[in-house]
Amino acid sequence: MMLLFDIALVAGLLTLAVHVVREPDERSAIIAFLAFGLLLGLAWIRLAAPDVALTEIAIGGGGTGILLLRAEAAVRGRGKHEESVTRPGKLAIAVGCAAISAGLGLAVLSFASPAPTLAPAAAEGLSATGLGNPVTAVLLAYRALDTLLEKVVVLLALIGVWSLAPDAAWGGVPAVRSGEIPQPLAYLARILPPFGVVIGVYMFWVGADAPGGTFQAGTVLAAMWLLVMLAGLRSPPETAGLPLRLALAGGPILFLAIAFLGFAFADGFLAYPKALAKPLILAIEAALTLSVAAALAMLVAGPARRAPTR
Amino acid sequence: MTAALHATTPGGFLLVLAVILPVCAVLAILACGPRSAARIAMATLAAGLAVAVAITVELVWSGAALTYVVGAWRPPLGIALRADGLSGAMLVMTALVVVAVGLFARVQYGLREGGGSERERTTFWQMLLALWSALNIVFVGEDLFNLYVALELLTFAAVPLVCLDGRAETANAALRYLLFALIGSLLYLLGVGLIYGQYGTLDLLALARLSRPDPALSVALALMIVGLLAKAALFPLHLWLPPAHAGAPAQASAVLSALVIKAPIFLILRLVLDVAPGQVAFLAGQLLAVLGAASILFCSVMALRQARLKLMIAYSTVAQIGYLFIVFPLAAGGAGTSPWETIAWTGGALQLISHALAKSAMFLAAGIVIKVYGHDRIADLGGFGRALPISATAFGLAGLSLMGVPPSGGFVAKCLLLTAAVIEGYPWLAVTILLGGLLAGGYVFRIIDKALAVSASPLPSRAGVPRRLELTALALAIAAVLLGFVPLRPFGFLQIGRSGLAMAGL
Amino acid sequence: MTVALQPSVLFGLCGAALVGIGLFAVVSSPGLLRRIVGCNILGAGIFLVFGAVARRGAGAGFEADPVPQALVITGIVVAFSASALAVALLKRLAEPRSDA
Repeated sequence: MMLLFDIALVAGLLTLAVHVVREPDERSAIIAFLAFGLLLGLAWIRLAAPDVALTEIAIGGGGTGILLLRAEAAVRGRGKHEESVTRPGKLAIAVGCAAISAGLGLAVLSFASPAPTLAPAAAEGLSATGLGNPVTAVLLAYRALDTLLEKVVVLLALIGVWSLAPDAAWGGVPAVRSGEIPQPLAYLARILPPFGVVIGVYMFWVGADAPGGTFQAGTVLAAMWLLVMLAGLRSPPETAGLPLRLALAGGPILFLAIAFLGFAFADGFLAYPKALAKPLILAIEAALTLSVAAALAMLVAGPARRAPTR
Repeated sequence: MTAALHATTPGGFLLVLAVILPVCAVLAILACGPRSAARIAMATLAAGLAVAVAITVELVWSGAALTYVVGAWRPPLGIALRADGLSGAMLVMTALVVVAVGLFARVQYGLREGGGSERERTTFWQMLLALWSALNIVFVGEDLFNLYVALELLTFAAVPLVCLDGRAETANAALRYLLFALIGSLLYLLGVGLIYGQYGTLDLLALARLSRPDPALSVALALMIVGLLAKAALFPLHLWLPPAHAGAPAQASAVLSALVIKAPIFLILRLVLDVAPGQVAFLAGQLLAVLGAASILFCSVMALRQARLKLMIAYSTVAQIGYLFIVFPLAAGGAGTSPWETIAWTGGALQLISHALAKSAMFLAAGIVIKVYGHDRIADLGGFGRALPISATAFGLAGLSLMGVPPSGGFVAKCLLLTAAVIEGYPWLAVTILLGGLLAGGYVFRIIDKALAVSASPLPSRAGVPRRLELTALALAIAAVLLGFVPLRPFGFLQIGRSGLAMAGL
Repeated sequence: MTVALQPSVLFGLCGAALVGIGLFAVVSSPGLLRRIVGCNILGAGIFLVFGAVARRGAGAGFEADPVPQALVITGIVVAFSASALAVALLKRLAEPRSDA
């Protein structure tokens, strides 16, 4: 039974992917991509990875979807189409890509058996962190350096996006709402945020021991903030404004501060003293959730359009 | 089994500082605002240079690699940082170029006229520092996924630098660069996944022991190397580079051309020499050498044909990168010799470093020329040597290194590579090295000729371009020349921390 | 049959196929927006391969190896940031500005 479900899921994923590539209309292609993201979330649940499923649905599908839809609306009719590839050229590319897929498939089938795994090692380390969710332990303890750097990657992307503003508008306010606001959107923007915030806080809170965590929670909060801005209930903040800058930098700065304190009070950089590991990790996650929420929302909002009021 | 592979050494914490300090500065600039950007950047440049020098001193003093196990979580579960002699050399080279470019930018942005907008200045400082962190991680990272994050950090720092001036043309170059870089890092990431699936570890030192010629590893290495080649802009994947590097402001072009493309090359080197099993390494080495030779010849000719100064320098970068790839078959070593004991290994490392110094000097000099002339059409630059003698000298000295004329680091590098090609029985590579030198002579002399020519129109005024600006370019060029006094034999420093690996891996 | 088609194998192969489809879109699409979408499909395929690896590595009471899962979460966030930067550049190209 589950096998049939899996096969249907894979068939659906592949069909949608091919559709996204072949569909001539940009907008329909992006909507198909959104559906693809939802199916992908299901696939992750079937792979026993609920943390990834939440992240995929929230960021990979939803976040990227909004981003692409907004881009399509902005570019529509204006984007000069690029050089298109000739038919024989396309055929050659298709053959090449099929060969890569085939090689990759062979590699997947040829994996060593029994499969190597770090699950036992990850389980062993859990007690030292006080956490119950091994994925959170990997992200914030064993491989915390990756997580720290990836936060900087997100901020860097945001600084890069901001740098595309005209000189005069840099540091000013991005344009989030466009044209007139549909009635249902305005309604949702009034009703949804309180629930969204509760869900976000819940996701962050259980993330230590159950599926969930900073990214998932941050995305939900970001989505609520965006909804409010899209509906015009709140205007976006100035990108050079102090509160926004502190919210963005605060998470990584706290992370770094605790990381450096590890030199003095634990086994070195990014090590936690055993007794305080869990509260410290929770504090980092709380600050990171806010940073992630602000960064993701501002990434969707785009560069400043209106000059700052300095 | 892996327990003994990594243990934090005294001085290992320096690696953490090298990696983290610039990132701290990026966050500090974000929190404190644009006004303090230059001050924070200057302080970080000094601190970062000191850390790089301290790492080198520690390496020489202890004669062994430095290691730091982050968070005391040992690999394979955790992440280790490790610097051997080659990493140390890369760290110092990077620090020198970043500091020189930083000083140049500081003077340039301080000018009353043409100092750039606040947007451009703040973005530049943040990206320069982030890029420094990313490069340092690439040079000391031991974990394949940690290196992936570093590559992405590098991309996200480099792309905004390309379109710093805000014109649509450079935004187009930036977008193309971003797409190339993204596909490159995604292919790399795919290889990382396959390697984890096969071996259950991402630690390079552990992989050097575990790797066997099996299909998963071969597919993984092929994907990773192709992905990294796209980022390194080796022929025929170089098309994105000339518009991106030529379109950026001089101080950005200098770091992009001198440093950013060296990161993927460094990783290819580590994958081929440390991870790939013998047979695979041999095959990969041959293929890379063919592409490298094609890169040298084709892009040198392209450089010769450019009408714009910066495009010429950018094409020269792709050509000079080619030399780094012909190292692979030459450094393969033989019975009883490991790659790092060969003269080709020293030659390759010297080429990498001397190109970085020479190329950054050239781009900075070109930036000054553009500032004074308002354009970079080579045909209309007659007599620029008289208007800007220091910049022209910097350009000429840097040119020596690209051509491989003594005294220069490029000369020693190419001489070592040429000798290796003859000894190891690769006559076609020897011919390529000689031809590449001649072609480089062609494109460098074309500019020198212009510099010395008598101008038909009156020389433009150099008012507003302080001498300090020119001196940073000259300092980098002189550093490239000084590298020419390195003795012509396998260089001991580059072998530090490598012998243990030889016993482990081969 | 059922052994051969465990979720790990099935979704691993699905990932391999998605990689091909995504690459095709990135290389051959005429429009830049579609290339960005292609990058995302390519990324999704790669992450599924990681997912297959994680599922194979079930053990110590966990249904899947947590390490590859964490890597995918990091990867998804990086991919989103990349899309955001690419989209911003694309919009910049489409907007008429005097300094262009």
